[in-house]
Amino acid sequence: MSSASSPRAQEPLLVEESLLNATRRRAFGVMFWICAGWIALVVLLALLASVLGLQNPTTENYDSLNQGPTLAHWFGTDDLGRDIFSRVVYGARVSLIVGFGAMVISMSIGASLALLAAYRRGKIDLLVSAASYVMLAFPALVAVIAIIAFWGHDLWKITLIIGVAGIPLVFRVVRAAALGYATRDFVVAAKTQGASDWRIITKEILPNVLPAMVSFFLIGVASVVILEGALAFLGLSVQPPTPSWGNMISESRTYLSQNPWLALFPSLAMILFLIALNLIGDTLRSALDHQEGKL
Amino acid sequence: MSLTPGLDRSASTDESALLEVCNASTTFATDRGSLRAVDDVSFVIKRGETLGIVGESGSGKTVLSRSILGLLPRSGVLQEGSIVFDGTEIVGAPDKLMRAIWGAKMAMVFQDPMASLNPVVRIGRQITESLRLHLDLDRSEAKATALSLLEQVGIPSPKERLRSYPFELSGGMRQRVMIAIALACSPKLLLADEPTTGLDVTVQAQILDLLSSLQKERHMSVILVSHDLGVVASRTDNIAVMYAGKVVEIAPTATLFSSMAMPYTKALVDSTPRLSQPSHLRLSPIEGRPPDMTTARQGCAFAPRCSFATDRCRSETPPLVTSPSNPLHRFACWNPLNSISIGESS
Amino acid sequence: MARYLVKRFFALLGILFFISLGAFFLIHLLPGDPTVTILGPSDNAQNRAALTSQLGLNLPLWHQYLVWIGNVLQGNLGESYITHESVSRIISTAFPIDLELIIISQLLALSIAVPTALASAKRPNGLLDRTSTTTSFALLALPPFILIVFFVLIFSIYLHWFPGPGSYIPFTQNPGQNLRAMILPSIVLAIGSIVIYFRILRGDLISTLQQEFITVARSKGLSNRYIMWRHALRPSSLALLASAGLNISGLVAGAFVVEYLLALPGLGYEIVNSINQVDYLTVQGITLFVAVVIVLVNFVIDFLFTVVDPRITRE
Repeated sequence: MSSASSPRAQEPLLVEESLLNATRRRAFGVMFWICAGWIALVVLLALLASVLGLQNPTTENYDSLNQGPTLAHWFGTDDLGRDIFSRVVYGARVSLIVGFGAMVISMSIGASLALLAAYRRGKIDLLVSAASYVMLAFPALVAVIAIIAFWGHDLWKITLIIGVAGIPLVFRVVRAAALGYATRDFVVAAKTQGASDWRIITKEILPNVLPAMVSFFLIGVASVVILEGALAFLGLSVQPPTPSWGNMISESRTYLSQNPWLALFPSLAMILFLIALNLIGDTLRSALDHQEGKL
Repeated sequence: MSLTPGLDRSASTDESALLEVCNASTTFATDRGSLRAVDDVSFVIKRGETLGIVGESGSGKTVLSRSILGLLPRSGVLQEGSIVFDGTEIVGAPDKLMRAIWGAKMAMVFQDPMASLNPVVRIGRQITESLRLHLDLDRSEAKATALSLLEQVGIPSPKERLRSYPFELSGGMRQRVMIAIALACSPKLLLADEPTTGLDVTVQAQILDLLSSLQKERHMSVILVSHDLGVVASRTDNIAVMYAGKVVEIAPTATLFSSMAMPYTKALVDSTPRLSQPSHLRLSPIEGRPPDMTTARQGCAFAPRCSFATDRCRSETPPLVTSPSNPLHRFACWNPLNSISIGESS
Repeated sequence: MARYLVKRFFALLGILFFISLGAFFLIHLLPGDPTVTILGPSDNAQNRAALTSQLGLNLPLWHQYLVWIGNVLQGNLGESYITHESVSRIISTAFPIDLELIIISQLLALSIAVPTALASAKRPNGLLDRTSTTTSFALLALPPFILIVFFVLIFSIYLHWFPGPGSYIPFTQNPGQNLRAMILPSIVLAIGSIVIYFRILRGDLISTLQQEFITVARSKGLSNRYIMWRHALRPSSLALLASAGLNISGLVAGAFVVEYLLALPGLGYEIVNSINQVDYLTVQGITLFVAVVIVLVNFVIDFLFTVVDPRITRE
């Protein structure tokens, strides 16, 4: 065999690759920043809702029932005369707390277990993996509905339950990503140099799976926001009169034919929020794939 | 016979010429600018003849063979010059026209037999589908033909193999299946791109011998592409040596080995192990790497790695010229080896 | 093949065991007293104690589990505290509606997602590909409950194309009316699946189309259409199949929401009503049933893997 050329001498066909690179570069552009800005705006409004001088989202006003958008009420009023703009802003709090809170719970526990399992392998891995399979086989929504129904549906319990229900999925995704790195040379090298397990996991493996985790986190938040909305429709999310996007859309059904605005604004808020989360998550993931491809 | 089709008009009317490649170039648009993977290549193959194309990886062999087959993607690729196969111009031909040629008149055996066979389709169907398409055979006729093809390429218990999936076969067997697929409709030209690269040495010889014998039986033309000069040495009529997208030396096989002119050809020979050599003899690898094809360069592409290079080599690109001693021998070098070795010995 | 399936079968039994535990403890570990539900909060302690022992709630948990699982294995899931209807009967009336909904929606989803993905993958970044990728992205952010609200508004209330909520008629009574009532929920349910199937299949097709065997297929002179359907689709459908398995759980969830909103008396409608009425045994029975169905569907999908890719049984 010639020593000058590799045995699997294959000449690169660079065309498609360059096309893909071009699209990736475009994807990380304006849309990405618009979406990031939108999410930042939603978070900011929700945080500052009480100091912005908005109308009280639960104050009923029988002088202005079911109005369309006006100067006084930007998004109109609902069937009890409450200001929809204010309710949408306050409703964002529920989606944000449940969405981010639940994913923080799923991520911190699921990812820790995953990193440990992927690094140590052996019995720990076997045990946690088996448990995750069993939990995944159980219909999550049914379990979540049942537990929430019997245990109570305040905001923090919902967040906790959804967060716990998400652990096995996070575990599977992060474990798969971490497995690829746990056997790489730099990890083996660190191990032979006598680095502690904790150090290897946090300094060598975690930084490599972090981008995948961030992307999965954002897309996960989107799924949880949808789930919270579904629970609201089933009457199992925060109880009225506290506004959430889900229960606003759900309540709008009664007066929908008279006042479609009722459903339109909270729906738009939710849809745009979901699009933004998905787009950012997706962009990060393809940027990551690209990086990985270059290795 | 003529190896100079671009200049010799009579070649294009030569009844026995099957493939005429004339000033063919293939350029890819990449991130870092355009990449001329095949650069102004010309040669002719007659019916029943075998041409070996040799070069390091990255020299443009694979792109050249795919250009001849017309299999390159359409977007981002610029093909220039002319490639005439059996009276049909391939460059710029629409897929619709090519589909009548592909598989029927011109076929290819690819580098990696595992990657070339569809992993989830039975061997039988991968052979019969082109038979049914091109020869209009019905199911049972196609099956019978496939069976005899598998016998011809030396596959044991061919009947069972028809129902096998590729993963159930060894590498050598898979490559035999690939050959059976390529030969199914009795093509006039077979392109074999590194057909034995991934295989064991003993299997390599078997596959190459099989190709040679099938070629003689069927009076088929073959292009044998390899990075290994040893592979093509005993099985070709002519050899073209490629470097950086260009043909740098082309000659009848015997001539090439007896009086090679390009230092690069010699370097290739020296880096190839031979059975006749004592095993302790060190091979001399070619120092350096092939040039970055996206950057413009002056002079001979091989000059930076060539121990005979002069200032002229670095500033002027040598044209492909005909050897004074043999009209069939052409090379692109300012300081051909023969003159140097003569100079050294005297 | 047989060995592979036997192995999967034993894994299946293990998972079913854990699911039965899950369904059992889901109810028993939660706060709340079923006797309060049945007798009302004002009944006296004596009656309550009598009911507790009648229901077997005074036994140790493992004993209760054995009694319960024994009954379950004989098809006895208990009866509703509220309506005194047997839970198995509730399930057998409601389940066909879920089944019909899911089958129609999945046929719809595949018949749209597969051809679109094939056409998109043929020219990545072409006009069609960009349109469908962007559309799918937007659809991903449309939760079923929002779709339902606006579909009902547009198609039922304004256009009168489809009947509104609460118009379900069993298939056996009036097939035409039944299908008309099923179209809207099926479309809503299908949209989520279309997006998932399209995105996964498109991605896999694009990488399959770069494989050498596709070039080989082209070099045989086969038509693009034949190559796409016969050579590219099958090796690209593994992830699709896997996603269908993961999707089934979400699909059931989606079906539940859609049923509840459109008052289709399927399992979703029943379970939400039972939850609101604190009807423990019905919730437990439906939970167990749904979990088992999901696991069985995944078992079938595992089998389909071996059909799509014969290499799997070897691994």
